[in-house]
Amino acid sequence: MNVLVVLENNRGKLHRLSTEAIVGAQKLGSTVSALVMGEGLENIVNELDACDLEKIITVDHDLVSTYNADGYSEVVKQVAQSFSFNIILAGHTYQTRDFMPRVSAKLGIPFIPDIVSVNDNRFVKQVLNAKLNAEMSSASDSAILSFQSATFSEEDLKTGSCGSEVFEADLSPSVVRAVSEDPFQEDQGDVDLESADVLVSVGRGIEKEENVPLAFELAKKMGAEVSASRPVVDSGWIDSFRQVGSSGSNVAPKLYFSLGISGAIQHVVGMKGSKKIMAINKDSDAPIFEIADYAIVGDVLEIVPKLIEALDQS
Amino acid sequence: MKIAVLVKQVPGGESSLSINNSQNWIDESVVTFVMNPPDNFALEEALLIKEKMEQGEVVIVSMGPQRVQKVIREGLAKGADRGIHIEEDGQIEIDPLTIARRFVDVLESENFDLILSGLQSDDTGMGQTGVLIGELLGISTATLAVETEILDGHVKVKRELESGWFQWLQLPLPASISIQSGLNTPRYPSLKGIMGAKKKEIKLVSSSEISSGERSQSMDRIFVPTASKQTEKIEGEVDQTVGRVVEILKSELKVI
Repeated sequence: MNVLVVLENNRGKLHRLSTEAIVGAQKLGSTVSALVMGEGLENIVNELDACDLEKIITVDHDLVSTYNADGYSEVVKQVAQSFSFNIILAGHTYQTRDFMPRVSAKLGIPFIPDIVSVNDNRFVKQVLNAKLNAEMSSASDSAILSFQSATFSEEDLKTGSCGSEVFEADLSPSVVRAVSEDPFQEDQGDVDLESADVLVSVGRGIEKEENVPLAFELAKKMGAEVSASRPVVDSGWIDSFRQVGSSGSNVAPKLYFSLGISGAIQHVVGMKGSKKIMAINKDSDAPIFEIADYAIVGDVLEIVPKLIEALDQS
Repeated sequence: MKIAVLVKQVPGGESSLSINNSQNWIDESVVTFVMNPPDNFALEEALLIKEKMEQGEVVIVSMGPQRVQKVIREGLAKGADRGIHIEEDGQIEIDPLTIARRFVDVLESENFDLILSGLQSDDTGMGQTGVLIGELLGISTATLAVETEILDGHVKVKRELESGWFQWLQLPLPASISIQSGLNTPRYPSLKGIMGAKKKEIKLVSSSEISSGERSQSMDRIFVPTASKQTEKIEGEVDQTVGRVVEILKSELKVI
């Protein structure tokens, strides 16, 4: 199996799910290479220097200096064809969802997305809103796969040696039809949820905006950052840069302390890699309890004030 | 502006789910089918575009057995102009690439300016059919659109990235765009709309059942996930609960 991992380059930094995808590839394939394009290529090559990879393929081309689906899908196709990769892997991110289907159509091989585990050549994917799991397989020995967050752990990354090779992509301006403007944030903020050790995360169980400061107070006592689920952000109670989930940040802190989050799959995929999960929820059947290490059945608005008090005293 | 909206019929969120005898999908005979909720937002966006431009046509395109005509009719009741039903009795949930090829056979001759689809389906959640179709048709694509604006020969799309970031893209038409859920408030059909929908055309396109040799991937087994974690349940008096939580934070997790 000749595996290519397509890395996601966040302005010179590797996406966390890309590292997990390399771990997945190392478990899956006999030879594993990685592809990276965009700005700050050297940083990424350095970051992976001690990683056990056949080689890192870099593409430095004006038309893919920033992400665009037209250019990226064309480059991945060309790389896959010229090195005869039969398995293409990536983390299941918004970017992957945007361009990988195009690679699938270009190469005529299936894209099996959002995989949560692997048994030989069978790939397990959640279906019907995560109520059931399905085992999928490709009809040929070729496939594109993307892994859900926390399917593999960065800690299992195999170290070793890794060469690098420049690939000259054949791209003409006519390929890139979409004109992309620079990405921007609606709420400016410099909170780095992904490097926080402890997150106190707010869900609908906080009930109203006036109660949100409780979470900030608790976080302060614990030296934690505050994050939130999508409904709370959509209500405008908490800034969008604090959102965790498929549309927000993907986090893996030492402790994820969720306050009144029910645990919809869109939220869970962004935090299930947390080392420990503690959750408070009124509903003892809340899905968040299925992945929690500590399930606290109760009212956030009763427990949190008393907890803050107790932490003051201790 | 001629707009296609790709709509899928899926098991409703409240449906009871039981695994079928061959253990490769659910028993559909006990399922209540609904319009895939994310597709509702794509339909609403199409109707809003047409209303804003004060001209154009919105066409619902759906693939599946006879039953999918129900969701086509629902779209027509909300204001779409006509429907296309691509008849397919095989299990279509599992193979987006083959499905996309089938759609392309039908969409090609219609020359749509815009093809809109939902973020993903609530059954298998492959989240790629709209993009596959765009690539197979050789037109522009975008995903996770949270705002659209039609310009002369172009469409401007505000795309959601991760962690609170966004990006504006300008795509030449025709384009295939998948819509992020929540960007608008889907309407309910009016009584007049429901009555009117009965007279609207649903074109039936019969296609031969997708053969196993044609498939690019398969779903081999379906099963109930098992819990992988040991969970300590803490409940009872608030004071006791708080006492136990402090103990865990201090001694077990050592985070305070």
